[in-house]
Amino acid sequence: MDNKSTIHIAPEALTVMNKDAEEAYPNECCGFFYGHIDGEGKRHVSYAAPVINSKDGDQRRRFEISPLDYMKAENYALEQGLTLLGVYHSHPNHPARPSIHDLKQAVPFFSYIIISVHEDGIRASTSWLLNEDIGEFEEETVTGI
Amino acid sequence: MAKLIIPTPLRKFTENQPSISSSGNTVGEAITTLAETYPELKKHLFDEGGKLRSFVRVYVGDEDIKALDNEATTVDEQSVISIIPAIAGGSY
Repeated sequence: MDNKSTIHIAPEALTVMNKDAEEAYPNECCGFFYGHIDGEGKRHVSYAAPVINSKDGDQRRRFEISPLDYMKAENYALEQGLTLLGVYHSHPNHPARPSIHDLKQAVPFFSYIIISVHEDGIRASTSWLLNEDIGEFEEETVTGI
Repeated sequence: MAKLIIPTPLRKFTENQPSISSSGNTVGEAITTLAETYPELKKHLFDEGGKLRSFVRVYVGDEDIKALDNEATTVDEQSVISIIPAIAGGSY
């Protein structure tokens, strides 16, 4: 049986994430996305919002979200009756695969959308979920892109 | 009884409750009480030495407890304690 998680990204949310990745290039962008999980466990992203990359240092290969921005995201989800489904960030000039740094900081439940962006634009987008039992990411099936 | 805000990634350990009232006169006591009530939370909040994990940030209101009295920061019924996972990463 295929237990792979599925995540559907609404066009409006995808546009926000891709635009953020292109505008931040060659730096990494980051942000949150929100939506709901249906009765079958499928994730539906309806809204995405960029957040400032607060990383001190080389933002071409690192991102960080400030605790206050994190708190705002949780509050927004509660106010809107949405679920905070995860975090997106870009990998400028690198593949849309999680790095060891991404894995080290990964938290349970969140989907991690990674956007590979190059000078000529978006190359690929993938989404990953931490498997806590094995301490590794598992790729989600992404629909809507 | 301070109010603790549980981040979405940890809510599966608190029966999906986004906030929980927890007894204790300090941040450390309130979080310890929380972890005793929901034991599966413990490994996500504390390291083997019983210290708060470095990837976990704690705020009282809008203040980082590191700028206050760390885990000894006093709290009361009006206090809102936020548990915040550090969100970071990078391409290589």
